[in-house]
Amino acid sequence: MRKCTLTIMLAATFSLPTLALADNDSQQQEIEALKAQNKLIMERLDATAEMLESSSTGRTTDAAHNHSVAAGDSLRDRTFGNHGSKGATTIGGYGEMHYNNLGNKKIGGSDKKEIDFHRFILFMGHEFSDKIRFWSELEVEHAVIQDTPNGANGGEVAVEQAFLEFDLNADMAARAGIILVPVGLLNETHEPPTFYGVERNNVEKYIIPTTWREGGVSLTGRFANSFSYDLAVHSGLQISGNNYAVRGGRQGVSNAPANNLAATVRVNWIGVPGLVVGAAFQQQTNITQGMDANAGAANLVSAHVVWQISQFSLRSLYASWNLSGNGPAAVGADKQTGWYVEPSWKFTPKFGVFARSSQWDNQVNSATNTQYKQFDVGFNYWPHEDVVLKFDYQNQSVPNGKNEFDGINLGVGYQF
Amino acid sequence: MKKYTPLLSLLIFVSCIANTSAKGVYQSQAAFLNQAFAGDIPKVSLIWLTGDIRKTTTQILQHKPSRLRIRYWARATRSAWVLEEIGKERPITIGIVINEGRIEHLRVLAFRESRGDEVRHDFFTRQFSQAKLKPDLQLSNNIDGISGATLSVRALDKLARLALYLDQQRQSKN
Repeated sequence: MRKCTLTIMLAATFSLPTLALADNDSQQQEIEALKAQNKLIMERLDATAEMLESSSTGRTTDAAHNHSVAAGDSLRDRTFGNHGSKGATTIGGYGEMHYNNLGNKKIGGSDKKEIDFHRFILFMGHEFSDKIRFWSELEVEHAVIQDTPNGANGGEVAVEQAFLEFDLNADMAARAGIILVPVGLLNETHEPPTFYGVERNNVEKYIIPTTWREGGVSLTGRFANSFSYDLAVHSGLQISGNNYAVRGGRQGVSNAPANNLAATVRVNWIGVPGLVVGAAFQQQTNITQGMDANAGAANLVSAHVVWQISQFSLRSLYASWNLSGNGPAAVGADKQTGWYVEPSWKFTPKFGVFARSSQWDNQVNSATNTQYKQFDVGFNYWPHEDVVLKFDYQNQSVPNGKNEFDGINLGVGYQF
Repeated sequence: MKKYTPLLSLLIFVSCIANTSAKGVYQSQAAFLNQAFAGDIPKVSLIWLTGDIRKTTTQILQHKPSRLRIRYWARATRSAWVLEEIGKERPITIGIVINEGRIEHLRVLAFRESRGDEVRHDFFTRQFSQAKLKPDLQLSNNIDGISGATLSVRALDKLARLALYLDQQRQSKN
């Protein structure tokens, strides 16, 4: 028995290294198999990620990894389900609702206490190629469009913009269609989170009649590294002979008379961060489109400055119309002028306060006082960078016998 | 003369679009990387946007990222990132070089938006130079905006902060 035990022990002792080697080989094989499996899983994971990313961004991985183009890792996708033949259709929008609680100082005048979903806008764009694209905005104003027996209603559905844009070179593009007239600060950039005040300022309402769109063609471009320009030839205003106020002359490119076109040129200087200085000039060949023999050509001159230093911003604008003809001169509307100055301070990226002093007059040369003044003070709160809550207090000083609204305004707005 | 104005405008417009050419690509990705690494471009790496990295990326962008991974090129303390973000409607491509946690160079490689391309100018992008990421995920440098280019400015600011954050994650992973 002892001999047998000894034999077994000796056999076990000599066979141990062989067994250990066999175990090592087996473990190594297992590790290699796991490595291969892991590599396969990682490859499949990468392939899945690539497929998801390319379907989300509409761009193939090959293009994204091609160093010869300037393609980066896209972090936002606005092509909803890759609409359009090339998945290049985008949508967006903005909107704002206002609550006005304004007392009327005019004797016998009505106060203004109302809530109004003032604007609801949907954007839609499509990129036909990297050089040709389409852009549009469809607007519903005052929420409800209701047909009435006398044709009067409170709302409006309008195509605010609808143009084709052609890139001509790195510094120039041409547009054709319904374009926003390149003048002032608000006419082209008026998404609610981008400006202070519940209501748009009245200078860019009654002197520069925002949102001011016309049908025509334009060139936009840059030169000398710090200048941008816009040149546009477009349909003109058709104001009435009652008071010759310019705001009433917008035709909205709806079967608009085009007997007498207008041309606009604007130049901006953007030479240092935070500062924009610009001016625009517009010539209307006949501001009544020949409907009033007592009126004729008109021109608009405007200048603006925006200055932002750290948390401080200043926006200021001046605009002035000159109308020819005896008709406008007879009511003092041959000159129509306005200006505003708006300093603001942004305490945090989410909260800022502003004040604005403005004056406008659509009958500067009238024998009587026709000048309006308004002072506003208030704040914007952005709970998200694309969502804004607004509050302001307004105080007006108006010509005798006109509505004089003082009080508070509240608003909410968004863009996406 | 007046009655010929529309015709003249149309002729000028047509002659302009007849010569249509692509705009907006100011530097290719290859040229940017060559410049960043003096011609010796490191192998591309990937950082996955998962877990806390995804949460913080969403916080910086103010929207969920549409990608699962971000590419970068790195050697030692230096990294380069080519990122895209939409300002209003079309993507803006930006190249960012980071060294030791600070922006060494930021350049707009391609701009496709209709407005706001002033952000591509050196006078604007210089503001990002040497910026680092503060604990509140904001840039240490103040960036003065450009009126009319608000959304483009915002896109650049976000991508600069994101590149700095991802560089921190890359460094901590190593």
